[in-house]
Amino acid sequence: MTSTLLGNRSLYLYVTLAGLGVLVPMANLLTPETSPLHLSTYVVTLLGKYMCYALLALALDLVWGYCGILSLGHGAFFALGGYAMGMHLMRMVGPRGVYGNPVLPDFMVFLNYKELPWYWHGFDNFLFAMAMVVLVPGLLAFIFGAFAFRSRVTGVYFSIITQAMTYALMLAFFRNDMGLGGNNGLTDFKDIFGISLQQGATRNAFYVASIVALAAGYAICRAIVTSKLGKVLIAVRDAESRTRFLGYSVEKYKLFVWVVSACLAGVAGALYVPQVGIINPSEFAPASSIEAVIWVAVGGRGTLVGAIIGAVLVNAFKSWFTGAIPELWLFALGGLFVLVTLFLPRGILGLLGRRGAGRQQTSVHAPKARSEGDTQPVKGARA
Amino acid sequence: MKRASPSVFLTLLFVLFSSISLHSAFAQTPELPKEPEALLAGIADADFETKARMIDALATSGHPRANIVLDALIAGTLLTTSDGKVVIQAGGNAKTYVDALSGQPVAGLTDDKVSKIGVNNRLRRDLRGLSARLSLMSPSEATRRTAAAGAFSAHDPETLPFIEEALKKESVPPIRQTLEQTRAAIILQMPDASEDDKLAAIALLQARGDRDALSLIVVARDSDSLKLRMAAATAIDSVNASLAYWGVLQNVYYGLSLGSVLLLAGIGLAITFGVMGVINMAHGEMMMLGAYTAFLTQQVLQSMAPWLMEWSLPIAIPAAFLVAGAMGIVLERGIISFLYGRPLETLLATWGISLFMQQGVRTLFGPTNKAVSTPSWMSGAFDIGHLTITYSRLSIIVFSMAILALLMAFLKHTHFGMQMRAVTQNRRMAASMGVRTNWVDALTFGLGSGVAGIAGVALTQIDNVSPNLGQSYIIDSFMVVVFGGVGNLWGTLVGAMTLGVANKLLEPYAGAVVGKIMVLVFIILFIQRRPRGLFALKGRAVEA
Repeated sequence: MTSTLLGNRSLYLYVTLAGLGVLVPMANLLTPETSPLHLSTYVVTLLGKYMCYALLALALDLVWGYCGILSLGHGAFFALGGYAMGMHLMRMVGPRGVYGNPVLPDFMVFLNYKELPWYWHGFDNFLFAMAMVVLVPGLLAFIFGAFAFRSRVTGVYFSIITQAMTYALMLAFFRNDMGLGGNNGLTDFKDIFGISLQQGATRNAFYVASIVALAAGYAICRAIVTSKLGKVLIAVRDAESRTRFLGYSVEKYKLFVWVVSACLAGVAGALYVPQVGIINPSEFAPASSIEAVIWVAVGGRGTLVGAIIGAVLVNAFKSWFTGAIPELWLFALGGLFVLVTLFLPRGILGLLGRRGAGRQQTSVHAPKARSEGDTQPVKGARA
Repeated sequence: MKRASPSVFLTLLFVLFSSISLHSAFAQTPELPKEPEALLAGIADADFETKARMIDALATSGHPRANIVLDALIAGTLLTTSDGKVVIQAGGNAKTYVDALSGQPVAGLTDDKVSKIGVNNRLRRDLRGLSARLSLMSPSEATRRTAAAGAFSAHDPETLPFIEEALKKESVPPIRQTLEQTRAAIILQMPDASEDDKLAAIALLQARGDRDALSLIVVARDSDSLKLRMAAATAIDSVNASLAYWGVLQNVYYGLSLGSVLLLAGIGLAITFGVMGVINMAHGEMMMLGAYTAFLTQQVLQSMAPWLMEWSLPIAIPAAFLVAGAMGIVLERGIISFLYGRPLETLLATWGISLFMQQGVRTLFGPTNKAVSTPSWMSGAFDIGHLTITYSRLSIIVFSMAILALLMAFLKHTHFGMQMRAVTQNRRMAASMGVRTNWVDALTFGLGSGVAGIAGVALTQIDNVSPNLGQSYIIDSFMVVVFGGVGNLWGTLVGAMTLGVANKLLEPYAGAVVGKIMVLVFIILFIQRRPRGLFALKGRAVEA
């Protein structure tokens, strides 16, 4: 029964995404501007951004909701994917920069670079750049995860070092010597495949690409969590030591899902950059990574669909709120963190799917058991 | 444009030259009186040339107030009255006048009855030299010390006679040393000094061993004499080595003071994390709250009791402890106590609280930096060798050590401290023995937050008081706790000091940012080897 419910949920999601993917570009391109059905290009880009955020949230939910790994550094993978895309777009600017240098981007001319740093080579090739979008975050996650999981760094300790990781990367990317634009990051992109990024059609194309990526990402995550491997992941989340004693190599499972998640975040970042037109080190800020966590919490963790809903809802709310009363936004965001953790531990989906979602219920409540003691002294006395 | 012919220039030059020689020949004539009183009486009406000689005579007269008169002349406070007296204007705005030579107050003078005795640039330069020379002879040791240091940094060959003169009389060893070094610095510059004198001078400066000495010796490297060049090269190496040595020491000192700040920031976190296993992301905001409490305390004192301003920081410390501690208890009872057993959710909720508090403070106090003044007893510095110890950094080091000692004593020797340790080591067992664990939790959270508030007061002295104050310290303080291990204050101390010193030692070689990145990467690697920090608690409870 639960599986059909979940299956339905997936179906709803695919249908909704397909609908959004078709109707929104139609409303933008095919209707005249005077029509009440018309959507401006700005809205299309905004929705495209939300889809990228949703993919990031999905990636987070995969590790947090199903494997109990709370990452406070997923923004780093997102930003790395974004930088890989940004580097490709930068190379595509060619001689049209302010300084007109055919090879070097403007900021390098400005900083007196004589030649392209070695790590910029190859990014003029789209396929290479796309490979890097996945490989760079994946490799970082692999190295980081391999070390951390092997030494059994878990729980809040792991969360804190992921935060340190993104903080260190932020500091590094802020430096001009890094050869990635320093403070200003990469911006002033012109076109992709020779088509201007400013054109409405390109915007719509990126929007559709984001939706497709989100659907594909969801399919991948679903495949993982419904497989036997997914069951092991949930076991790791709920009782890591017990799973280890049963003979599972916990580190490998964690590492696998961690790397997949990082790659998904990288793809999200890569789609995000051409839509907003800039990537700079502030994407590495620990605060943005934590903000992504709250999207998942709002939607309901361990549900995948919830992560998507949460990301879209919170960001739509943020767009509206920061437009209306910007000075109170931090109150709203802070309040959201507190209220959701206190009163909505299973998120919006938990609220909606209360009846019959037996499997969801057990899985979310299970961490309350003594398994939490994997990270620190048991708090059974008050649970 | 028409070009002037060379002959016009020559004529002009000639006229100029002859007028100068005429002028100086003419100025030789008048004879000056010997007594200072008579000298001064004529000074107002004399031309600059005569004034220069009068000043010279005054300086050599040995009058005890000669120095004061010269300084007044430089400052433009030496005035002449309509009836020919010379006075010095004393008070700033109050405008009181004293007689120049006797120092007695002169009554009944107003602004319109006095006029300034003018000086020109040349005279001013003479005056400075004379004044420096007089200060070197001054009976006050402090004045002589400052004058000697000033003479060294000027090392003006024209002052050599005064220096020699002063050296004959000087008996205080450090001042003598400075004067000798000054003489050496001057000799080194003089083309006609003998090689032996110069060698001795290099040796003296080498013994001084600071950056000033280095720049003086470097000049001798281009000398014609091989012996001098060799001596200079050796001296430069030796001074560089000594500079490097003192540089490391200075960085260690900076590191210790940074470590003390980290200690203050991390210690409260270590307590709450150790006892409750709760990561308090709002910890930085507790520090911010403490900093703003210090700001408010100063504001209140300023208006209510200005005479207490000197002691505003000691007053702010308990105030900040109470404010932040009360806030901590409210948060623990109101929010965190509902989230026990869910550490990751606690992390998120406290992050939300931190956002809330930042925005709250921003709304109340505005986004701009607030100024918290430094009491005068905390400003200034003293030297140990070539190490400059500033009182503000020293106070923070001493203060953080005092707080650490206090907390350790509290944990070890009080009933509540014992309960806290019991809960840290084994919560269930402690509960079974009758410890009211939730009461301990609330007070622990209050204690940790209160200490963070105190840290905030200390931070006002080295950082801007702004709503973002806490954000900049939160990751560093986590690193301290993670590095040092949880539930052990010694670990926090070692962690904080190691990170502080490592940061400051790496800075000169790698730059501030790369240094910081290296430290973060190091911690990330370190935690792989010792996932529970340097000083991990051992036992079943921790491994559970």
